Amino acid sequence: MSKPNKLILERYVPYILIAPALAYLLFFIGYPLAQAIVLAFIKEGGFTLENINYLLYSPSSKFFEALYFTLLLALVVIPIQVAIALGLATLLNIKFRGRNAALYIIILPLTISDVAAGLIWYTLLSPNGFFNKLLMNLGVISEPIYFFGYQYRHMEFLAIVLTEIWRATAIVFVILFAGLQLVSGELIEAAEVFGANAWQRLKYIIFPLLKPSLQAALIIRTLFAFQVFGVVWTLAGRDIPVLAGEAYYEQVELRHTGVAAIYALVIAAMSVALGYLYIKMFRAKYLEAGT
Amino acid sequence: MMGVGLSMEARPSPVKYLLLRVLIYALVSIAVLWVLTPFAISIMYAFVDPKQYYSKSVIIPALYTLDHVRKLLALGAYSAIINSVIVAVLTIVFSFALGLPAGYAFARYTFRGKDSLKLLIISLRMFPIIVIAVPLVTLYIRIGLSDSPLGVALAHTAMALPFVVLITSSIFAGIPKDLEEAGLIFGLSRAGVFLRITMPLALPGLAAAAIFTFIMSWNEVFIASVLTLTNRTLPAFILTSAMAATDFIKFAASFIMVLPAMIFVFIARKYLITMWGITLR
Repeated sequence: MSKPNKLILERYVPYILIAPALAYLLFFIGYPLAQAIVLAFIKEGGFTLENINYLLYSPSSKFFEALYFTLLLALVVIPIQVAIALGLATLLNIKFRGRNAALYIIILPLTISDVAAGLIWYTLLSPNGFFNKLLMNLGVISEPIYFFGYQYRHMEFLAIVLTEIWRATAIVFVILFAGLQLVSGELIEAAEVFGANAWQRLKYIIFPLLKPSLQAALIIRTLFAFQVFGVVWTLAGRDIPVLAGEAYYEQVELRHTGVAAIYALVIAAMSVALGYLYIKMFRAKYLEAGT
Repeated sequence: MMGVGLSMEARPSPVKYLLLRVLIYALVSIAVLWVLTPFAISIMYAFVDPKQYYSKSVIIPALYTLDHVRKLLALGAYSAIINSVIVAVLTIVFSFALGLPAGYAFARYTFRGKDSLKLLIISLRMFPIIVIAVPLVTLYIRIGLSDSPLGVALAHTAMALPFVVLITSSIFAGIPKDLEEAGLIFGLSRAGVFLRITMPLALPGLAAAAIFTFIMSWNEVFIASVLTLTNRTLPAFILTSAMAATDFIKFAASFIMVLPAMIFVFIARKYLITMWGITLR
């Protein structure tokens, strides 16, 4: 091979390295999306509204309830998670002995599956579980508090909220903690020299600089919340319907593939709308950084 | 006002300093206990003696048994664990075979469209990958991949791939370019430089990334339970079978599911924050 040829070839090397990964992703996302539309709206070669009618009007469909509970869960859980994560990130940004051990423990829940998290909290909250026995032996209650079963739906919701806070606050924490590390110590020192107290430093320097991380954490956490499944399914089954849970139920239990496909499309559409916001923000940040 | 702030803040009195330390440790202890208590209780209850569990006065059991774990394994968890490991290992192989070259390209080359391509990978990472499961069922039945670990692994690869590209790219970016250039000057080919200089330096990071991928696949439940029927992975098996079993089986199930994740994460703990930072940013 002559030298100029080799140089031209060299120019294509990065594209050749990236192409397989990109092609794989585009196929495994593009094909299922197209197929989902077909499954949802085509029957025996013709257009059909059968699935969408079932979804919206059938008494056995829990679509609106699922949409309601998915959004409600996000609305209840996420603000609490952000508040706790913000406090923890500020706290762990201070240097103290044992900080690394504390960090490691706080992010531990990130590494376990949602199914396991649901089961762990079932262990805690079941009628003979740790929580009830502790309270009864302390004399706080005389009968166990029931968390599970359709007649205790409100308590099931509470159990899901507790589990989600325990399990997924770490996601928000990691993003905020990483963001906090980027806030330069020099700026804070300068503010200190000019007499800003701890609260002023927090309010006028740290929070504004933390805003991009905060936005990112909010959006990413909300994206995950749209897909909530394992925790809800292990703790409440269909008592508290959520979008992913109904997709699973329609597909695996009822073999309503077309209906399950619509659930998939709804989750995808909600996420893409939110993801679009994220990318717009990220792009701005990305270009500012000049990379 | 400002002058007062300076004298107050710059040199806190010993008492104030001590109080602040106490406050910090108190708050950190609450957070640590909040995270660890459920873990500790669930591990204990996975081995609890049934009589002790039903006794109202026993909060911390004194008698333990391996029965629950044994029963769970006999119920089918054993083969589910094997399926889970097969799926996770295949996912690592596929996602690294596809993702590592892309990560290297993003770290080492400048080329037209680099920013847009990277942004595309980042936005694909945001895609709720569980939604591909339902449509894939029909495709898998047609091409004979339904109910197979390979089929689940292919879907898990789609889930893990964007993370692998971004993580490997940041690992390679952290290796000094000078070393590679020195290798080129001393007569190594590009491939030789990659194999004999870059890879050995990147290996610890890549191992941590592989562990990360393993856990992602090990924990995934929605795709696995939609795509399999008899060859369940562990979370899918537990979601369908263990949910109908006794409480003890559920306790044992959560223990078995959490254990490998904890061990692996302990091995890779040095990289944990950085890794999650990269994948979530």
